[in-house]
Amino acid sequence: MSWNRRHLITLEELSLAELEQIHNVAAAFKKVLGRSVKKIPALRGKTIVNLFLEPSTRTRMAFDMAAKRLSADVISFDAASSSTTKGETLRDTAENIAALGADMIVIRHNCAGSPLYLSRILNIPVINAGDGSHEHPTQGLLDTFTMKERLGSLRGRRVVILGDILFSRVARSNIHALVKFGADVTLCGPSTLVPESLRSLGVNVSHDLRSALADAEVVMLLRIQHERQTASMFPSLGEYTSMFGLNRTRAGWLHPNAIIMHPGPINRGVEIDSDLADGDRSVILDQVTNGIAVRMACLYLCAGGRPESVTPAN
Amino acid sequence: MPLIHLTNARVIDPASGRDAVGDLFIRDGVFIARPSANELAAAISFNAAGLVAAPGLIDVHVHFREPGQTHKETIESGSRAAAAGGFTSVVCMPNTAPVADSAGTIQLIKDSAARSAAVHVYPTGCITVGMKGQALAPIGSLKRAGVIAITDDGDCVQSNELMRRACEYAKMFDLPLMDHCQDHSMTVGAVMNEGAMSVKLGLKGWPNAAEDLIVARNCILSEYTGAHIHMQHVSSRNSVEVLRRAKSRGVRVTAEACPHHLALTDDALATYDTHFKMNPPLRTEEDRIALIAGLRDGTIDILATDHAPHTPDEKDREFDLAPNGILGLETALAVTLDILVRQNGFSLATLVDLWTRKPAQLLKLPAGTLAEGAPADLVLFDPEAEWTYDASAGFSKSRNSPWSGQKLRGRVRHTYVSGRLVFADGSFSQA
Repeated sequence: MSWNRRHLITLEELSLAELEQIHNVAAAFKKVLGRSVKKIPALRGKTIVNLFLEPSTRTRMAFDMAAKRLSADVISFDAASSSTTKGETLRDTAENIAALGADMIVIRHNCAGSPLYLSRILNIPVINAGDGSHEHPTQGLLDTFTMKERLGSLRGRRVVILGDILFSRVARSNIHALVKFGADVTLCGPSTLVPESLRSLGVNVSHDLRSALADAEVVMLLRIQHERQTASMFPSLGEYTSMFGLNRTRAGWLHPNAIIMHPGPINRGVEIDSDLADGDRSVILDQVTNGIAVRMACLYLCAGGRPESVTPAN
Repeated sequence: MPLIHLTNARVIDPASGRDAVGDLFIRDGVFIARPSANELAAAISFNAAGLVAAPGLIDVHVHFREPGQTHKETIESGSRAAAAGGFTSVVCMPNTAPVADSAGTIQLIKDSAARSAAVHVYPTGCITVGMKGQALAPIGSLKRAGVIAITDDGDCVQSNELMRRACEYAKMFDLPLMDHCQDHSMTVGAVMNEGAMSVKLGLKGWPNAAEDLIVARNCILSEYTGAHIHMQHVSSRNSVEVLRRAKSRGVRVTAEACPHHLALTDDALATYDTHFKMNPPLRTEEDRIALIAGLRDGTIDILATDHAPHTPDEKDREFDLAPNGILGLETALAVTLDILVRQNGFSLATLVDLWTRKPAQLLKLPAGTLAEGAPADLVLFDPEAEWTYDASAGFSKSRNSPWSGQKLRGRVRHTYVSGRLVFADGSFSQA
């Protein structure tokens, strides 16, 4: 099948075949990244604008890197330097970028739905690099790519996402992808941050860490987002850590071959102890590395690149 | 003025129990029962066969944005939208700029209405100074200046003590308090109903409990003080239940429901379309059904639009940043005909009652009946006529309607205000 989307807005709307296609293209690009010359000319002459209206380090650098590996020209700007601080609307900002001749916009915005809004205004592809508490599709893609790299098929695999789910776009994108890949997903954390209504997404909800972690093959930790929280969500970071922090004892409840994931940035000693974050079972830095290949695949496909040009025919 | 003689209309006047094909006579701005033969011979007559003749509709909840936000709406444009929708009396909310918390601002609104309004415009005043919820507004002066109710619509009075004192004080003037029921501490940053949809969309949820709590509080304060508290735009199932229990004990509370809460649910937000963003938000199917049941058994007394104009630029934003509110006046009759009469078996007379006699009674307005001697406020509508609503071609200054571009059934033909034909077949008379 061929790829026929111009925008990447959510994983909710992608089919299993589309998710797999992105992963296949990403796998091919990952091989390129292992070569001494890490660059291919796929997007030469194209200009990609990274419009980051909310602070980001990892995602923005990964998108920068991915675009450069594809030989695209990249312009990045962030909220502090943009006209939005002078009251320019998102529509005007985006239309100006398009008028400057950009071929694609990667947007990070703290308002859910903003990438969809832009995709309806602009004639150029829009890639969602995280919208509020809604979705972070490339993160969901790189996380599931990393899981498949380690575990093979995700069908029937027990995956636990632990932490602040209510405010997490990473969780939502992972949930949509994992459910399509057939994984058995359990969300765990304090009841204020993991409400029952999340079950409507096709996952289990648990507030008992021990039973949630038992025999899980993947545990994905999410950062406790102090900046999005009001004081009433949980008593203290200390209590969070004592109830839900991942430490060596609790990691012992996992499946012996389980992997530990975290989308970053990590609060060491809060949601995860340092020795686990840095230990053998941690794939946290693999996630970062895979983030380049996965984002290359997304940029390539949405720019109209043909999957069969980079992946072996099957 | 010559006699106006309407023939062959289906005349529905719940106040007098009339629902039959017949004649209506208007002279000198009022309905009359039996004109003389000479008058009849000289009458201007109109054959209204196939049309319903009902008292002009009453909307107790509109935002006409004057003074201060006249780029969105004015009393002139809003009142024309009202007449085009079959409304002949409207009650304006006080969240203007400045807010209507002084007699001077009320006078300004009344002066503007006298100059430019196409329908009867009734002002409300604020409960608190600046609508800030901290000190009582000069409620007595507001009453003297002509307000018919007090409300901090949009900014629910949070302090129970202040609301209690407002109840006691307003009761002295026989002024109802209209309350937008929302606990602010539970809705910080909230932009849509809290539930499965808000979880999926990643938008901050506005839990129905935040409405239910204040509805309950108001029932308790009404019972304690004896004041009449009217709950604006009730949207939640539990609120309906709380009201039902209070009313069964005879507590002096009333409530309104809006067409959008009867017609739509939060499923409509899947594409983050800001034309479905309002406060209180669209809720779930269970809530929607409960509101209809509440209207059926009288727990909810009346309908009201919460007509809330915002310009296209203001609505064309990130969902979180767009203002709350939608237009309602030009679509309300068709939408409620559809939801209540055609889908839920309400009689036409019941629908007319919800839009006319009951709101008039609730706020003691001289309107809502076709009886002899009453002001000749009248709407003639075709309940079956299909038409496509185009908000940009409407009479409001704004276009923020979720129904724009949609086919509706039930259309206003003529609107009379005090015996004068102000709106006829899509346009306004020059008078």
